[in-house]
Amino acid sequence: MSLLEIKNLHAGVDGKQIIKGLTLTINPGEVHAVMGPNGSGKSTLAAVLAGREGYHVTQGEVLYKGVDLLDFAPEERAREGLFLAFQYPVEIPGVNTTYFLKAALNELRKHRGLPEVDAIEFLDIIKDKIQLLELREDLLKRSVNEGFSGGEKKRAEILQMAVLEPTLAVLDETDSGLDIDALRIVANGVNHLKRADNAQLVITHYQRLLNHIVPDYVHVLFDGRIVKSGGKELAFELEAKGYDWLIKGHKDQLQPA
Amino acid sequence: MSTATETIESFVKQGYKWGFVTDIESESAPPGLNEEIVRFISHKKQEPEWMLDWRLKAYRHWLTMTEPTWPNVHYPKIDFQASIYYSAPKKKGDGPKSLDEVDPKLLETYEKLGIPLNERARLAGVAVDAVFDSVSVGTTFKDKLAEKGVIFCSFSEAVREHPELVRKYLGSVVPYTDNYYATLNSAVFSDGSFCYIPKGVRCPMELSTYFRINAANTGQFERTLIIAEEGAYVSYLEGCTAPMRDENQLHAAVVELVALDNAEIKYSTVQNWYPGDENGRGGIYNFVTKRGICKGRKSKISWTQVETGSAITWKYPSCILQGDDSVGEFYSVALTNNCQQADTGTKMIHIGKNTRSTIISKGISAGKGQNSYRGLVKVMKGATHARNFTQCDSLLIGDKCGAHTFPYIEVKNPSARVEHEATTSKIGDDQIFYCNQRGLSKQDAVNMIVNGFCKEVFRELPMEFAVEAQKLLGVSLEGSVG
Repeated sequence: MSLLEIKNLHAGVDGKQIIKGLTLTINPGEVHAVMGPNGSGKSTLAAVLAGREGYHVTQGEVLYKGVDLLDFAPEERAREGLFLAFQYPVEIPGVNTTYFLKAALNELRKHRGLPEVDAIEFLDIIKDKIQLLELREDLLKRSVNEGFSGGEKKRAEILQMAVLEPTLAVLDETDSGLDIDALRIVANGVNHLKRADNAQLVITHYQRLLNHIVPDYVHVLFDGRIVKSGGKELAFELEAKGYDWLIKGHKDQLQPA
Repeated sequence: MSTATETIESFVKQGYKWGFVTDIESESAPPGLNEEIVRFISHKKQEPEWMLDWRLKAYRHWLTMTEPTWPNVHYPKIDFQASIYYSAPKKKGDGPKSLDEVDPKLLETYEKLGIPLNERARLAGVAVDAVFDSVSVGTTFKDKLAEKGVIFCSFSEAVREHPELVRKYLGSVVPYTDNYYATLNSAVFSDGSFCYIPKGVRCPMELSTYFRINAANTGQFERTLIIAEEGAYVSYLEGCTAPMRDENQLHAAVVELVALDNAEIKYSTVQNWYPGDENGRGGIYNFVTKRGICKGRKSKISWTQVETGSAITWKYPSCILQGDDSVGEFYSVALTNNCQQADTGTKMIHIGKNTRSTIISKGISAGKGQNSYRGLVKVMKGATHARNFTQCDSLLIGDKCGAHTFPYIEVKNPSARVEHEATTSKIGDDQIFYCNQRGLSKQDAVNMIVNGFCKEVFRELPMEFAVEAQKLLGVSLEGSVG
């Protein structure tokens, strides 16, 4: 069974149609990259999958583990293993990072019928993960994302992903704003979390992230639709030629013969 | 705003768990207020002449006063003649000599509230004075405290047993002419707690008073007086609840604290009077005067309050820093949900040299709640090197509530240093969504953010009450996000 099946999805926000018939299937063990120019609908796709309020699906369906994902509240999707690494991670002043992450992990564990972890067990879990992301331990004592640098925020997102071990991770422009070292660390973390029973959907504007996270499939999104899919070599082609040739071709296709 | 607003709008449905009524026979004064009633109360309490005189002076002065209109709260005019000024559970015979003789129904009430008074289930390490409507129904651990010379009893008992102390200190911090509600209280106060910690004694346990309004149409006017002699220390906690009723009920209390040289008083309040329903019907009008004087050198008074109840709160626990090097602190969390209104803050009056004060105020507004911080920092001419730090933070949940700040700063000494910091933030939909995406429900997300916002204040509460306060805040916000 596919992990995620998006069929002819039409969705938008504030009455504006942004995704216009998107179809995509992701199987366990696969890494998919969705690329596209600004405004093509990449972040809308992430928001719809995670269940952000204000986004409305007008047509099509999304099956996750064979059930209709759109029926579920955002927290239920999360508990079922869907993780979104935010393009702009949100600051939560006053809420300690360790406390937040432990609460999140325990929600997942409760949902799976597992016993909750206590503070000491949790520290054991997080210690290895924090090294993987090359983050300083004192970050755990600080409020969630508050006062973090841009790079720290993105790395902290992947730290959360490492703790929560999602079945499907959606990375929304995780590479934006990262210098080359941070990019390598983030990518290394993501690669480390790849397993045969999970999948990753990497949304990005630039090809450079894909030098580090090697996708099995690359899809080009334009005007709310996937206009081209291919293997990892498609990403290089895009890097060399830009998006215009594809978009142009797509536009030409739409012209009546 | 679309769905964002909807999210937060449905965050306003909450049941009040303490709203039950105890069915107990009570003895009440007829409604209304006049000299006869004042005499009646004094007579009921078998008070000496001087006490009655003091009450009458207060009553006559009250007649010359008008209700203050400056607070940022709105409510229909109170008919003071409609209220009952004395109500007590009917005594069997001479009244209880010990807790074992207290009406089981009363014990049951406190048990239900989580305040067991009977011997075997008493709160470990906390002595409790339980005040039901107008009278104290019992005080625990009295004997154990007496061993150390600590006096902890109901106010009525103190008037009878320790008149020299009461006469010396009553009205010394809040004179009977102080303000409309304090003056009213001085005339008709019914009971309350009295604590006296002798020289050099560190009170061996937390002292606590639990106030419960039960009878309908009854005002509660209690008075608390705490005296810490030289080098003494006491930590005192006050809790309060009331049944759910459609009418508003008046609560006008006075608390006076006196700290002598090197003494320290830590006063914590968890105020959870019935707040009224979601349409603003019913609830307690909480008009309270709390003031402490750091009379001696190096003395310290610390107020910590968590205010989640009452329809209207009007309350400014204050410190008069008279002794040199004395310290005043005020830590406050005030929550207003639904139609609640709070105008609360503090006054720090620096008189002595090197006096220091800290004010940490956290206001949370949800529903249509209106939350005002009002604080005065006054540095008198002689208060060289006085210092104050004020931090005043407001958190908004939803877009129908309000937060207001009225800081007053008066400095008459050029060596003083006064700092004021203020922030206003809103629990954003993006924060809630972020928590949701990590598997946390909306309610848990809000509780987590609110608790994080309040943690500097919770830190100041005695351990077991900090946990209670967190839970209470959670319950008070239940349903405020849907």
